[in-house]
Amino acid sequence: MTMVPSAPLSDSMFALTLALLFLAPLAIAGVALINAGLGRSRSAAQALLGSLAVLAAAAIVFAVVGAPLAGSAHSLSISAGGKSWNVTGAAPSLLFGMGSSSLQAQLELLFEFLAVAMAAMLPWGSGADRFRLSAGCAAAAVIAGLAFPLTAHWIWGGGWLAQLGVNFGLGAGFLDGGGAATVHALGGLSALAVVWIAGPRRGKFPKEGLSTALPGHNAVYVLFGCLLALVGWLAWNVSAAVLWLHAPLASLPQTALNTLLTGSCAVAGTYAVTRFRFGKPDASLCANGWMAGLVASSATAALVSPLQALFVGLVAGIVTPLLVEVMELALSIDDPSGAVTVHAVGGLWGLFAAGVFAPLPGQLLAQLVGIGTLLGLVFPLLYLLFAVLNRYVPFRVDADGERLGMDLHELGGGAYPEFVIHRDESYR
Amino acid sequence: MKYAGLLAMPAGFFLILAAILLFPDPLPRATFVLCGLAVEGLGLGVAVRGHMNSREGRA
Repeated sequence: MTMVPSAPLSDSMFALTLALLFLAPLAIAGVALINAGLGRSRSAAQALLGSLAVLAAAAIVFAVVGAPLAGSAHSLSISAGGKSWNVTGAAPSLLFGMGSSSLQAQLELLFEFLAVAMAAMLPWGSGADRFRLSAGCAAAAVIAGLAFPLTAHWIWGGGWLAQLGVNFGLGAGFLDGGGAATVHALGGLSALAVVWIAGPRRGKFPKEGLSTALPGHNAVYVLFGCLLALVGWLAWNVSAAVLWLHAPLASLPQTALNTLLTGSCAVAGTYAVTRFRFGKPDASLCANGWMAGLVASSATAALVSPLQALFVGLVAGIVTPLLVEVMELALSIDDPSGAVTVHAVGGLWGLFAAGVFAPLPGQLLAQLVGIGTLLGLVFPLLYLLFAVLNRYVPFRVDADGERLGMDLHELGGGAYPEFVIHRDESYR
Repeated sequence: MKYAGLLAMPAGFFLILAAILLFPDPLPRATFVLCGLAVEGLGLGVAVRGHMNSREGRA
């Protein structure tokens, strides 16, 4: 697919993109529902309230601190090796209005608000059943105030990763149309940091024997969340293609089609793997596979053919259930929502695939440099920031709170007061 | 051990940066970028191993 140079948005494209951006939050709603469903019933209200709180914290902090750093109108550059390295935005504060920003810039800012909310929500799901609400909001503030704005500026705001093509002849620079890096890889790697710092859920890894299965409490929420996410993802990928890749109108239906095909092939792959391994398809793993496909499509949907989209989805769908098992059984990573596998690994796979299938010479290397930046710079930085934050705002709830459940401990009431919640090993 | 792994990961990143700055030719540049990614992968592996060890130590 060829991209046309950046041109001012026409009125019709502006209206279309704005309408799509009103639908894109359905992806966030879908992820929130999936997170609640994959957690336990005694933490369901806290999980959904937390999603709202994390979204709100991320939006506020991004408006106050992050937006100027992410903006592309003004930026700070350093000179090294005879090249100019655009390292951060230095836009005027958003709090006094958008000024004379172009239509395109205003839509880009709106997109970034949705993106930061999604990125901040991913670690919240991974910390389910032990991550305190205040700590979740604090972690969201760190993501929205520093990690996301810098990454977004480097990739979307004309930063040094976007300029790899101009400065070093690496294709068109690092390409991330739908936020596979800025949203999903960033959020998924944040989730890994949170999971490591907060530790596993009580009883998850007993002293002897294999890990204990702690299944999600509502598969219907999870699967409906997947359907809801599809609507959001279609809007997300198409609007992103317009805003960040300057895709022409005629290419947008194929972007939407590729999104659907990638997710579909991914869920088919996961269905086949779980059917083969367990004798029956696994609902929560199929949901993970579907989401991994959608995440991978964020990087590839606007850049590949439908056949390539099927391949991207198939790989994501086959790898996801196997990796979920490895994470839990071999690596002792307790990630209830599967954000590390689905969003971090799915996102990185999509970014790599975009480089493999892109027709421009050097594009694969540009994608590898971007992946290396996320893994080698952003992840250690996030871990460090979260480790410091954990000293002042402890991530993990105390043992009594975990035994009671997050709903009773943090909110004083359960999500399902009319139902008897079954006893489990924590009460013995 | 976990922190040693996390410290090794930025080393891989700087190797990648050095590769794109110092090598204009595609082959050595790609080789050193891959080496940088390998260092990051090793760092991540050590960090994961450190996480597993600390969990086993607590159990």
